[in-house]
Amino acid sequence: MDQYLVSVIVGTLVGFVARILLLRTDFRQYPTYPTGRIINLSFGFIAAFIGSVAVPAVIESDWTAVTFLGLAATQFREVRKMERDTLEKVDQKELVKRGESFIEGMAQAFEGRNYMVMFTGLITTLISLYNIWLAIIIGIVGALIIRTKIKGKLLNDIADITEGTIRFEGPNLYVNDIHIKNVGLDSSKKVIMERAAGVIVIPKNQNSILTLSNLGQRQAILHHISNVLGSYLDSGEPDLVPLSKRDMDDGRLALFFLPKEKEFSQIREVLKHVPVLDSAIRLPRESDKGKG
Amino acid sequence: MEQPTKIIAIISTKQETIKAGGAPVFITENRESLQKVSTTLEKTLDASAHEVDPNTMIIVAH
Repeated sequence: MDQYLVSVIVGTLVGFVARILLLRTDFRQYPTYPTGRIINLSFGFIAAFIGSVAVPAVIESDWTAVTFLGLAATQFREVRKMERDTLEKVDQKELVKRGESFIEGMAQAFEGRNYMVMFTGLITTLISLYNIWLAIIIGIVGALIIRTKIKGKLLNDIADITEGTIRFEGPNLYVNDIHIKNVGLDSSKKVIMERAAGVIVIPKNQNSILTLSNLGQRQAILHHISNVLGSYLDSGEPDLVPLSKRDMDDGRLALFFLPKEKEFSQIREVLKHVPVLDSAIRLPRESDKGKG
Repeated sequence: MEQPTKIIAIISTKQETIKAGGAPVFITENRESLQKVSTTLEKTLDASAHEVDPNTMIIVAH
C-alpha cells in the first residue's frame, strides 16, 4: 500500500487547497468566523480524502471501498442540509430577508463545491501515480478553472437596469408607472420622498421575464441591494420595507427601497452583480409552443 | 404573504361611513388628528397604515 501513500497525500492536499480556493468570503459575509470556515474546510478535507482513496481502491480491486464513495455522496447532501438550516435560522433575524430560494442556491453551491473537491482529489491522485509534479499542477490549474467557470449568471446578463422616479398619487406610491403600495401616513410619505430610491428592471427577453417574476429572485435582489448599500429600516416599520412589484403586461420589475447611498450609478453597479438564482431560471423559449 | 392580511384598526373622521365588524373603530375630529391617531397606532401595532379615502385610514397587519 506504500506506493499509494504519497499519491493519496498529494491528492488530498491538492483537493484541500482547491476547497480553500473555492471558499469565498465576500460582502455576503458568509462564512466569516473561523468556526464557520473550519466546518467547510474540514468537510472539504474529508471530500478530498475520499476522492483520493478511491483511486488505490479501484486499482487494488477493493470494490467494498469503492461503494463507500456512494456513502460519501450521502454525507455531502448533509452539507447542503446543514448550510440550509443555518442560513434559514439566521435569515429569520435579517431585516431584509435573503429568501428561501437564495438560501437554497447557496446551499447547493456548498454541496457542489465539495463534489468538485472530491473530483479534484480523485484526478490528482490518479495522475500522481505517474508523475507527482504534473498532478499537483493539473490539480491546482483545474481548481482555478473551476473557480472561474462555476459562477452563475448575473442580473446584468438578463436585464437592463434603469432609474425610476418615486412619486405619490394621493396615498398611492408609484415607481414611474408601476404601483407599489398605499401609504397612509403623511410622516411615512415624507420619509419615503426624502430617502427612497426607485429602479426599473427591464428584462431582456421572454426567458428573463419569467426569471424576474420569481418571488425568490426578487427577494434576492432586494436583499442584495440592502446588504451592500444599507437600508433605512427597523423592525416594526412596514412602510419602509423594500418592495418589488411587476408590471404584469410587459414583465418590467419596479424596485422600491431606502438605501443609505442614493446615487443611481452605485445602485446600478450593485444591481448588475446580483446573482441570478438557479431556481428562478426558466427557459420557455426552449419549448415547442407550436409557433413557427 | 405567509400570514393572512388583516385589518386591525379603523380610524375615521366620518363615523357614518363605517359599519362595525371585527376591528376597533377610532373616531377623530379632523384630518390632522386622523394622521396623529394613525401614526400612534401604526407605531404601537407595528403594522402599516393605509388610506382608504381622505377621511378613513385602516391599520393593516401584513
